[in-house]
Amino acid sequence: MSYLEVKDLKVHFPVKGGLFGRTLAHIKAVDGVNFSIEKGKTYGLVGESGSGKTTTGRAIIGLNKITSGQVFFEGQDITNLNKANKDIRRDIQMIFQDPYSSLNPKKRVIDIISEPLRNYEKLTKGEETKRVQELLELVGLNPESILKYPHEFSGGQRQRIGIARAIALKPKLIIADEPVSALDVSVQAQVLNFMKEIQKELGLTYLFISHDLGVIKHMCDQIGIMYKGRYVESGTKEDIFNHPQHIYTKRLVAAIPDMNPRNRQQHLQFRQEVKNEYEQAYNQYFDDEGLAFQLQPVSDTHLVALPEKG
Amino acid sequence: MSEPILKIDNLRTSFRIKDDYYPAVDGVSLTVNKNELLAIVGESGCGKSALAFSIMNLHSRAKIEGNIDFKGQNIANLPTSKLNKLRGKDMGMIFQDPLTALNPLMIIGEQIGEILLIHGTNSAEKRKERVLELLNKVGIPRPEHVFNQFPHELSGGMRQRVVIAMAIANNPELLIADEPTTSLDVTIQSQILDLIKELKEESGAGVILITHDLGVVAEMADRVAVMYAGQIVEIADVYTLFENPLHPYTRSLLNSVPTANEEQSTLHVIQGVVPALQNLPREGCRFGARIPWIADSAHEKNPQLHEVSPGHFVRCTCYKDFHFPDRDKEGNRHVVS
Repeated sequence: MSYLEVKDLKVHFPVKGGLFGRTLAHIKAVDGVNFSIEKGKTYGLVGESGSGKTTTGRAIIGLNKITSGQVFFEGQDITNLNKANKDIRRDIQMIFQDPYSSLNPKKRVIDIISEPLRNYEKLTKGEETKRVQELLELVGLNPESILKYPHEFSGGQRQRIGIARAIALKPKLIIADEPVSALDVSVQAQVLNFMKEIQKELGLTYLFISHDLGVIKHMCDQIGIMYKGRYVESGTKEDIFNHPQHIYTKRLVAAIPDMNPRNRQQHLQFRQEVKNEYEQAYNQYFDDEGLAFQLQPVSDTHLVALPEKG
Repeated sequence: MSEPILKIDNLRTSFRIKDDYYPAVDGVSLTVNKNELLAIVGESGCGKSALAFSIMNLHSRAKIEGNIDFKGQNIANLPTSKLNKLRGKDMGMIFQDPLTALNPLMIIGEQIGEILLIHGTNSAEKRKERVLELLNKVGIPRPEHVFNQFPHELSGGMRQRVVIAMAIANNPELLIADEPTTSLDVTIQSQILDLIKELKEESGAGVILITHDLGVVAEMADRVAVMYAGQIVEIADVYTLFENPLHPYTRSLLNSVPTANEEQSTLHVIQGVVPALQNLPREGCRFGARIPWIADSAHEKNPQLHEVSPGHFVRCTCYKDFHFPDRDKEGNRHVVS
């Protein structure tokens, strides 16, 4: 039994318009996504803007309404989180992309981090302060800064406050939506190292959403590639980076800049070849609406949305 | 051999905070040659964009000191009327965010045409012809259709192509690209970068590419300048910089990037934070505070750029003694007992 299982998840947004604001059409942000995550592992969800990766993450935690499909966590159906056991909510937490807009600028650090604690645990003021200080220490911030406001911290420090809030209730699963995209490389390194550390310490499972394949390769065990709301390929890190099968995945992998300037010419040529292949085979790999086909297994771990036979 | 198109000498760009001026660009000297792509790398707040904006004189309230020699003329603090004859003609700029760089109320054809009009293409017919030619050149499909479209009707990648078309409209000799691909998806990023490179090869213009992405630098640059806290800390040709980086900041940056090709379980973290402009130490090695395990005596009192091999400059002497905290000088890992 997998730890988190997503079955045929669909999130469609209505497009309203006309005189009475009728629903004219639906945008299929997530259109039939299946995946499962094992306990203690990191699952990477990759895609370009508009691919539906963030919506998938938000739907699992209940921030977007699920149109159809099911989500299981530890064997329990949590598709409708409002009706589900409230305790589940404390087990799944989220780290948001932008540490500048995800922290309330009018609240002090102690109020930001203790908010989840106040919701679930009845602590006295003294206990609460102590817990927040412990959490700050855990994320490598000065415990004395509990009375400061978010603007007094740098980007990396703010993201740590966001992480402290996410781990305050000792969750089991953390959904991290582009947690380092807004940060400089050296700060990014800090946050990534730290996320790996607390994963070991607290036995966390991550759903790691990102568009940066370098970061994904560094962090993840299993990877899913999304395109226009559907999966085009999923597999282990080796499957995706060393043996990509779908033309879209090949193109993504080829677009990662090579850090050795001597390979430049060769890499440019390779990129051109992949681009040509992509353009030629586009109609084969995508249907009339430009959507990917159903996933088919090519090995035990590796699924690819190959063209339908016939 | 190489012909300099832009020569910056001891440039200092200061911003006013309360009652004092604080230099965000602090004594930068560099040259850009014809048909050369110079990359300027650094993290946010290092002064790389402030430098680019100083060259184009786009700061509204900054104090600019020093020389910016462009084709034999000092363009620092040139009056706007004279600058406008150069901007958009002899020097073009590609901005970071194509959505804010374009006028949302103007069709694409007019926006590009406007630059041609300002710099003397008076015939409407000729302008249209040139605009279509430009749209074609930057790889926009169906130029006649896009000509009449508004910016919001185009995707991010297409918008950035339009911005590039505007920058190269009058065949500039110097092109400044300020984080041209930061807001774009990876596959689009590689297309835009390939386009900039192609245009450079074709026109022989000098290009300054401002970026924080070392992968982009490795793919694009001929020469690289690394900036930290307003100063250039290392400058070298791209091969030397990636194969023999010397300055502690350059080495730390290179070690903190998670690369898709290499496996390392933990990334290098640079200790501390970049100090705010007002609190920046103006004396001694500016990076010294972030490598506290290196002895004070290793730093110069007044760090200068030293030429360690032809064309390879490094600031301060601390690079000689630098090692990562978990390694010794030869690069061997310590065994922590």
